Amino acid sequence: MVTPLSSQLIDLCAAVLLLLSFSMLSQRRVLTLVDLFALQGGTLFVSIVVVAWNTHQYQLFYSAALTLVLKVIFLPLILNRLIRRLGAQWETETLLNASATMLIGLLLVIFAFTLAEPISRLASTITRSTLGIALAIVMLSFLMMITRRKAVTQVIGFLAMENGLFFAATSATYGMPMVVELGVALDVLVGMVILGVFFFHIREQFDSLDLHNLESLKED
Amino acid sequence: MNTRAFTMQLIAIAFAIIVAPLLIGWVNQCRAWLQNRRGPGILQPYRLIRKLFHKDAVIATNASPLFRLVPYVQFASMGLAAGIIPSLWTGLPFADAADTIALVGLFATARMFLALAAMDIGTAFGSMGARREMLVGFLAEPALLMVFFTASLISHSTSLPTMVNVLAHGPLAIYPSLAFASISFLMVLLAENARIPVDNPSTHLELTMIHEATVLEYSARHLALIEWASALKLFNYVCIGFALFVPWGLAQGLGNLPDLAIAVPALFIKLVAVGFGLALVETINAKMRIFRVPEFLASAFLLAVLGLLVHLLLGH
Repeated sequence: MVTPLSSQLIDLCAAVLLLLSFSMLSQRRVLTLVDLFALQGGTLFVSIVVVAWNTHQYQLFYSAALTLVLKVIFLPLILNRLIRRLGAQWETETLLNASATMLIGLLLVIFAFTLAEPISRLASTITRSTLGIALAIVMLSFLMMITRRKAVTQVIGFLAMENGLFFAATSATYGMPMVVELGVALDVLVGMVILGVFFFHIREQFDSLDLHNLESLKED
Repeated sequence: MNTRAFTMQLIAIAFAIIVAPLLIGWVNQCRAWLQNRRGPGILQPYRLIRKLFHKDAVIATNASPLFRLVPYVQFASMGLAAGIIPSLWTGLPFADAADTIALVGLFATARMFLALAAMDIGTAFGSMGARREMLVGFLAEPALLMVFFTASLISHSTSLPTMVNVLAHGPLAIYPSLAFASISFLMVLLAENARIPVDNPSTHLELTMIHEATVLEYSARHLALIEWASALKLFNYVCIGFALFVPWGLAQGLGNLPDLAIAVPALFIKLVAVGFGLALVETINAKMRIFRVPEFLASAFLLAVLGLLVHLLLGH
């Protein structure tokens, strides 16, 4: 019954990550969403450090540092500045109302947990029970991208999904090879810059960041 | 031994009844401080109750006997609930007879009687308040039950004293599921006790009031009993929260003197902290529209269910 403290800490981090995913799903204000994203990155950082410390996988410290710099400090800073300059901090209309979204989110969590259960029974890492939660975070971020209309919130959903994937990688196999991790980090960074440029173009073209406008292919 | 258990049970109930208004007073005092006011002092609820007891009751001519009965039912059910919830020691004979599910039922009984009394006079405000109260209640109840189920999955029991014994005196462990349950419980506590994001306890504005609308017709000793019962309800909820999430300091069994010497200061420290926390929550939040309340309570329910799921996934 009693499990070692490190494993309990990782479970706690996983639970907090899941909680943050749900609050991101139900959050309407964009700036709060960015804060929540930064908090998610911070929790991810703590969990990676705990895993690295306990399994003596010291290359994980590099990915922890990468997470801290990129996802807790740098990306939220860029997002904050972008949102302020775009003046997009107020509304985020959702396609579904919050209760329905949360209900679908709950079903996704059940799905993810059942899906991950046989896999994690085979694994032998100390983090194996958190695989279901990592999968749930990926799915919830995906749901967030689907239910939001604005470009900025979709990008935040995309970044949160990357957080979930990162967590899945550490919980399933103690992290990916360093080259892959660096590549992904660079991809996210470059993607962020390109999307930032896109935001301005979309707004210039349509006078709003609502992606709904991109659906009509013809001008009439 | 049996008479001692019974006496201790009565002392526990009397203690809750006496201390409950103090908690409301402390919350109001903290709110006043946070709003840069001096505040009426933490003894104000006692003064209010005494003043109300000295007044003559006015009752509408078309009120049925039910209307007179309800304040006593309210007070009695909250007092009984205080007998089930361990606040200082866990050896409560009443708690063997009623577990947490019965406790939720007891709260529901009190709520039903309050709604009936509000509709009894037939004023528009009364029935509106009753409807809103039932709306909040029927959404908050499943969330509360789910919180209890999460805790009972951990302790393998639905009895509150057993939960406290397992959580406080078992091996120290971090339960992620309880983190979810505690947030959910806080939301239910705010909704059930008519605190600010859901209802404003100090308003008589007809469009927004929920709890106040149901007790609008009461005066004097009836109102005093109802005010006292709502103070007791808040105290009960806070004590449930302590029992589930911060059970340390509670005396085991009937409590011998050295254990009680720890339990009493521990309870008061926790009450001071929670009272301040409640005041803070109420100060930094604005009251939400009534149509947002179902959303708020649905999130509470979902968080509690998530707690259950996380418990099943992680296995502890």
